[in-house]
Amino acid sequence: MSLLDGLEVGQVVAERAFSLTRDSLVRYAGASGDFNPIHYRDDVATAVGLPGVLAHGMLTMGFAVQPVTDWLDARGWVSDYRVRFTRPVLVDPQLGAVVTVTATVVVLDDAGARIDLTATVGEQTVLGKAQVRVTAF
Amino acid sequence: MNLELTERAFAPTAPYLVGREKVREFARAVLATAPLHHDPDAARAAGFADVVAPPTFPIVIAEATLQQLLAEPDAGIDFGRVVHGDQQFTYSRPVVAGDELTATLRVTSIKTLGGNSMVTSESAMTDASGAHVVTSISTLVIRGDES
Repeated sequence: MSLLDGLEVGQVVAERAFSLTRDSLVRYAGASGDFNPIHYRDDVATAVGLPGVLAHGMLTMGFAVQPVTDWLDARGWVSDYRVRFTRPVLVDPQLGAVVTVTATVVVLDDAGARIDLTATVGEQTVLGKAQVRVTAF
Repeated sequence: MNLELTERAFAPTAPYLVGREKVREFARAVLATAPLHHDPDAARAAGFADVVAPPTFPIVIAEATLQQLLAEPDAGIDFGRVVHGDQQFTYSRPVVAGDELTATLRVTSIKTLGGNSMVTSESAMTDASGAHVVTSISTLVIRGDES
C-alpha cells in the first residue's frame, strides 16, 4: 500500500505516550555522548537555577518522531525533521515524566506529506513547530 | 559574541564510521523500536545495505562540529550559558550503518536579542563518495549576563 493512499489533511496518524525515567536520560547520555550533568545530577541542575534534572531536548526530539516511523512501516522515510525546544521536560527521580505525542497530517503533495507533532507533558507543550517531512520510497 | 564567526571556514571533521551496534544503541536510547533500526534483514527488505539510523542520529556526528565551534578561542561562547533553541535535520538519503560521514561546520547567522545571542550553525555531512547525506542545523541560545 502506498504511503499516501487514503491519507487526508487533518488526519491523526499516530498518538502515543512515552514514559521517561532517570534511567532513560543516562541511557541517552551514553548513546549520544551528551554528558551535560544537568541531565542526571540534581545538585548541578539546581545550582544553575533549574527546578531539577531535565531530559535532553534531543532525547525528546528523538522519540517524538518514532510514532511517525512506526506508522510509515517502511513505506517511506523521514527526509526532514525540525523542532523548537519551547519548554524543558522535568524528570522526577521517582515519578519520571510522561510525554504524549500526536502526529497529524498537515500537507499532502506528490513527494509525500508533512506531519506535524504535538508533544505535551500534562497540559503543557514541550516542542514547538515540530514538523516531519515524509517521503515515499 | 564574535560576529566574524559567520565568515570563518572550519576544517571537515575526521570521517565517522556509522556502526551497526551504535545505530542499535542510539535507537534503543530514543525508544525507536522499528525493525529497520535493529534488524539488517528488515533493512535489506526495504532496500538498504544495513540498519537505518533514526532521524536524529546525526546529532552524534554534529557534536564534533559543535566542539569545534566552542573551542574557537575568540568565539565568546560560555557552554554553561548555552541552551538548545531549535534543531533541524534535512536529508538527501537516510543514514545507514557502514556510512563513513564527514561533517563540515558553517556558522550561518548570529543574532542578538534582549541580551541573549542566537547562533545558528550548519553541519553538512557527506559520505565517502563526497555525496551529501544530511545537514544538521542547530540554533543555540546563549543567555546574557543578566538573565
